[in-house]
Amino acid sequence: MSISTSRSDQEYVLCELDRKLILATQGGLPLVPDPWGTLGKELGLPADEVLARFQRMQDAGVIRRVAAVPDHYRLGYRFNGMTVWDVRDDAITDMGRQVGELPFVSHCYRRPRHLPYWNYNLFAMVHGTSREEVEDKASQINDLFGDTCEGHTILYSSAILKKTGLRLRKS
Amino acid sequence: MSAATEQTQATAEFTEMERAVINRLQTGLPLVRRPYAAVAGELGITEQALLHTLEDLLDRRILTRFGPMFHAGEMGGGLTLAAMRVPEQDFEDATRKVNAFDEVAHNYRREHELNMWFVLATEAPEDIARAIAAIESATGYAVYNMPKEEEFHVHLHFPV
Repeated sequence: MSISTSRSDQEYVLCELDRKLILATQGGLPLVPDPWGTLGKELGLPADEVLARFQRMQDAGVIRRVAAVPDHYRLGYRFNGMTVWDVRDDAITDMGRQVGELPFVSHCYRRPRHLPYWNYNLFAMVHGTSREEVEDKASQINDLFGDTCEGHTILYSSAILKKTGLRLRKS
Repeated sequence: MSAATEQTQATAEFTEMERAVINRLQTGLPLVRRPYAAVAGELGITEQALLHTLEDLLDRRILTRFGPMFHAGEMGGGLTLAAMRVPEQDFEDATRKVNAFDEVAHNYRREHELNMWFVLATEAPEDIARAIAAIESATGYAVYNMPKEEEFHVHLHFPV
């Protein structure tokens, strides 16, 4: 499987061993003092090679980082607002960058409209401990747009129905 | 269905050590030979205490996962956000049907006429259309496909 990376124009080729490492860790990294050694034993690789492969995949952007993923509700971030904006097409790249730079925006993407039903093309995820906090952040986003935005709304999440993360299938 | 709702899910209380571990480990484990020992050293705790705390936070589902966060778009696979409009009386049933698909990585209920929003991740980009068609036929509802066209920022960090 060959992929292109966002950090460089070079292609990073995910080889069979990388795939095996991904499959072995997508449920989680071993919680032992030497996780690379544990994985290495499973796959018949030296610990140093496992570590080097993780480093390469992280450098290439295949792995964003090795980190803890919290249930944000349990951390007190009970209000998860997906703010969606109807932004003029000729302004969206510039505006998207500005919105993405706001410290409280966790994800920011351009997505297609589904006219006439769904006319929002910029999505910015905002989290807060209260609805007021999310609304205040949304109004800070709104201030950036000037006349480039025709309308917006906030979709609050009221339940996590599933959260397993991205998985490769064992093939 | 293991839905955690705002109404029933209490905010957890944390010890100083838990707080430090949660905050530190969201930013990423250093890729060094003894990564847990390195983080424990930064936090001034023992490696054993760090591993124990981490295991406990995972058991209590405060953390849903600890491990590599893959960038699906960089792995050559398909990834999209999709939404559906599901009548209230059928919501639970539709949730069960949608969640049964392995391709559904996350699924959120949202307060909007489009009230079910899920992320689909597939190994090959062309599998997205197939998964959407299968979900439409399993549930009987139209799926609005909203793949990302441009990414401006992704960084999740929830300080506690």
